[in-house]
Amino acid sequence: MKAPPFQYVKPQSLAEVFELLGEHGDDAQILAGGQSLMPTLHLRLSSPTVLIDINGLDELAGISIDDGQVTIGALTRLAEVLKSDIVNAHLATLSRAMPHVAHVAIRNRGTFGGSIAYADPAAELPACMLALDATLIVQSGQAKREIAASEFFLGLYETARTPGELLIGARIPIDPPNRVNSFLELSRRHGDFAVVGLAATANAVGDRLEDVRLAFFGCEDRAKLAGRAALAVSGKRADAPTIDAAIDALTEDLDPVANLLGNSATKRHLAAVLTRRALGELARGVGEATHA
Amino acid sequence: MHDRQEIALTVNGEAVNRTIGVRQHLVDFLRGELGLLGSHLGCEHGVCGACSVRVNGRVVRGCLMLAVQADGADVLTIEGLSETGEIADLQEAFVAGNALQCGFCTPGMLLTSAELLAGGQPLTRAEIREYLSGNYCRCTGYQAIIDAVETVLAQRVGG
Repeated sequence: MKAPPFQYVKPQSLAEVFELLGEHGDDAQILAGGQSLMPTLHLRLSSPTVLIDINGLDELAGISIDDGQVTIGALTRLAEVLKSDIVNAHLATLSRAMPHVAHVAIRNRGTFGGSIAYADPAAELPACMLALDATLIVQSGQAKREIAASEFFLGLYETARTPGELLIGARIPIDPPNRVNSFLELSRRHGDFAVVGLAATANAVGDRLEDVRLAFFGCEDRAKLAGRAALAVSGKRADAPTIDAAIDALTEDLDPVANLLGNSATKRHLAAVLTRRALGELARGVGEATHA
Repeated sequence: MHDRQEIALTVNGEAVNRTIGVRQHLVDFLRGELGLLGSHLGCEHGVCGACSVRVNGRVVRGCLMLAVQADGADVLTIEGLSETGEIADLQEAFVAGNALQCGFCTPGMLLTSAELLAGGQPLTRAEIREYLSGNYCRCTGYQAIIDAVETVLAQRVGG
């Protein structure tokens, strides 16, 4: 099929974007990399009146590090995130996730902010933002708003960003020296959306795990932190009984939604499998940190 | 703000000016307006990779980019890439190794492999597979395709 009719505009400044968003509200759609929007247009799942193409706004692209935080601009291409020295040196979880994000041709065009703002429940980046305790920055006119990742993803393709706001980037705390992490994804084809995936971070304190964050994707209507499972291992050594307890607790955290890739029971089982593997990996990370 | 717009771009080294509907995607433009039929439309929603073209030096899904977004861009299709001779060795390896059957996926496979080869890095067979994972071959001739890319990569960078 072909896209339904729409008007196209390519603003040269952020001010112009906000003017257009103010004028057209819900009828306008932001076009960044277009790697999710274009398919929905071709399939006529979406019919915006106006497409606002932000690809001319170079100020929204780039990766920088300052004061213990990495800032990634919304228009940074996924390919740039994948090969970023800053990301690879300071954000191990994201670095491990990037090769799973789509395929080369899509990473060349798709954007970091687009993937987060679109909030596909089976996408890697929203889960990474949760696992890394990132702050997402949205702007409307002159006003900027900072939203914790844990409060950003509200539901299926739904975020805390209002129609007048533009996601301009994310600020992510760099890995502390005692960070241990895991990133695991089950998918039908490498680079496809996840059947189930898990981004896990923790800090090694002695032989114990602290600040455990287990962010699942491909399970519910959004990427989700499994709070009870994380609590079950926090402050403990990730030994076999503790891991079993976390997996028991997971049943209270997750109520997977069936889709073409698996029914609820299958996804629940796979989430448990990934949790076991990830916590095992975190435990090995603690061992290495202790003996380093 | 318009539903038609004039664009000026370079396609396979030649300057092109057209007025187009803004909802037309790049591959419909290349095929319909310019008669460049080497870029194929399979799924038309970014899954199959048959529509791959090079835009400003990088391989992209031609169906997931509007033609109007290519205004000012340098676009290279399989026709143009073949003419440059950049992938002559790869094309030879595809023929020698029978790495195409119906040929529908071949332009996309070549465009994507060209970017892999341009990286100049030795890669394992698994890494080549991952790199090409976004391109479907419905004849399922994957082994021969990976073989061909592996052969050329070894010739170019040693492997």
